[in-house]
Amino acid sequence: MQLRPLAICAIVFFTAGLAVASFANFREFIPGLLQGAWITVQITIGGCIVAVVAALLAAIARMYGPAPLRWLAVSYIELFRGTSALVQLFWLFFVLPHFGIVLEPMSVAIAALGLNVGAYGAEVVRGAITAVPRGQWEASVALNMPRKLALRRIILPQAFAAMIPPWGNLFIELLKATALVSLITISDLAFKAQQMNQTTFRTVEIFSIVLVMYLAISILITVGMRALETVAARGMARGR
Amino acid sequence: MTTPMVKFDNVTKRYGSLTVLDSLNLEIAPNEKVAIIGPSGSGKTTVLRMLMTLERINDGVIYVDGEPMTHMEKNGALVPASERHLRRVRGNIGMVFQHFNLFPHMSALKNCMEAPIHVLGLPRVEAEERAAELLDMVGLGDKKGHYPSQLSGGQQQRVAIARALAMRPKVMLFDEVTSALDPELVGEVLQVIRRLAKEHSLTMLMVTHQMGFAKEFADRVCFFHSGKIAEQGAPEDLFNNPREERTQQFLSAVLEAG
Ligand SMILES: Nc1ncnc2c1ncn2[C@@H]1O[C@H](COP(=O)(O)OP(=O)(O)O)[C@@H](O)[C@H]1O
Ligand SMILES: [Mg+2]
Repeated sequence: MQLRPLAICAIVFFTAGLAVASFANFREFIPGLLQGAWITVQITIGGCIVAVVAALLAAIARMYGPAPLRWLAVSYIELFRGTSALVQLFWLFFVLPHFGIVLEPMSVAIAALGLNVGAYGAEVVRGAITAVPRGQWEASVALNMPRKLALRRIILPQAFAAMIPPWGNLFIELLKATALVSLITISDLAFKAQQMNQTTFRTVEIFSIVLVMYLAISILITVGMRALETVAARGMARGR
Repeated sequence: MTTPMVKFDNVTKRYGSLTVLDSLNLEIAPNEKVAIIGPSGSGKTTVLRMLMTLERINDGVIYVDGEPMTHMEKNGALVPASERHLRRVRGNIGMVFQHFNLFPHMSALKNCMEAPIHVLGLPRVEAEERAAELLDMVGLGDKKGHYPSQLSGGQQQRVAIARALAMRPKVMLFDEVTSALDPELVGEVLQVIRRLAKEHSLTMLMVTHQMGFAKEFADRVCFFHSGKIAEQGAPEDLFNNPREERTQQFLSAVLEAG
């Protein structure tokens, strides 16, 4: 379990932040920063959902789809892995309107970050599906299951268990990448912090609180994924 | 003569330039029990895997219950089978693997219910009843809720047998089903297969190294050598008076190993 070092880290940072901040009245920053944090959380949750869906679709299309779908999936994966998340955000936000497609900033943030992480996730999904022993496919054929049924009921549930830890990392990457969304006019946690810093110059307090808030969210993700891993592992053991 | 349940008609299987099975001809009557023996690499597993449609064949036709399986008739000619055709004919066949291949994320009962519900379309209650009956039959009535990881190898293999039977196949294939087991667990699995052979009208093909079992179980023993049936016959004849030198050598080597 890696929870203990994480918890210790959190406590150390939190106390340090408090110690410094308590010189000044740090509480005045909390409501504003919490507003920003809520935006960050929303983008993270939305982005993670988009990422998982995109990754599953892309991986399955790439592995089992007909040729056109396969190409589409490969293009998506390569395009979004080969360019930066920032450029993707700018494309969706500043370039698409030139083609008549105007999206809400929040939708753009969720779509861009979700699709970006989804492209990496597709490789995670593919790896996990490939790692399911071949005997599981063969048993499915011997029971006369159509391929789709075997994939859905036999292969994917086993692949999910292997996917959970790498997805935990990707979700945290997504959380960290949310700091980019201030560049498309969204008042997320990082943006709020900068804004307050520019008007008050209370740099140490503000950024200590910000650090603790980001850390708290990422610890929540880690704990959640651990719990999911435990559930998935229950009663499971590979067939060999 | 009755229609054979399984018929290999000049079936050839190649992996690249390696010919694994060379114009194999083999007919198996309904309800017949056939043991397949032979040295490692002689193509025994490949025979079963082709019949289970896990491997495509390069030449020839496999018939099941009088109907071509690897091919289908179209305008009077035989063309390679579509997936739909394969699925229809494949339903006659069940297979038990050396490494069990149970679904690790499902209990023993669920392992036996999955395909009956989702492939045969049985109502859940009926599928559960059938699964429970079969688990009782293989002596695992008290282990229905256990996951594969909570069962011994012998118990897992018995669940795998029940799972295959739940699809009501006419032909059952067993590929060295006791080879991965600790010696003390072999007996319980063989006991189940013995009962099946006696009490059910099933056509059975069994690849085995258990010569003693082959002798009592089989109506016919086929000795494979380099992708061909080198010799076949009733167990008493083949084991007691092998005609071919290769058979004699193989049998004495196996007896040596005990
Ligand atoms: N997927 C494969 N690719 C290449 N060669 C294979 C493959 N499967 C089996 N073979 C070869 O085919 C031959 C027969 O294999 P097999 O039927 O498994 O033999 P047996 O079960 O009698 O030991 C062996 O020489 C084996 O190496
Ligand atoms: Mg073999």
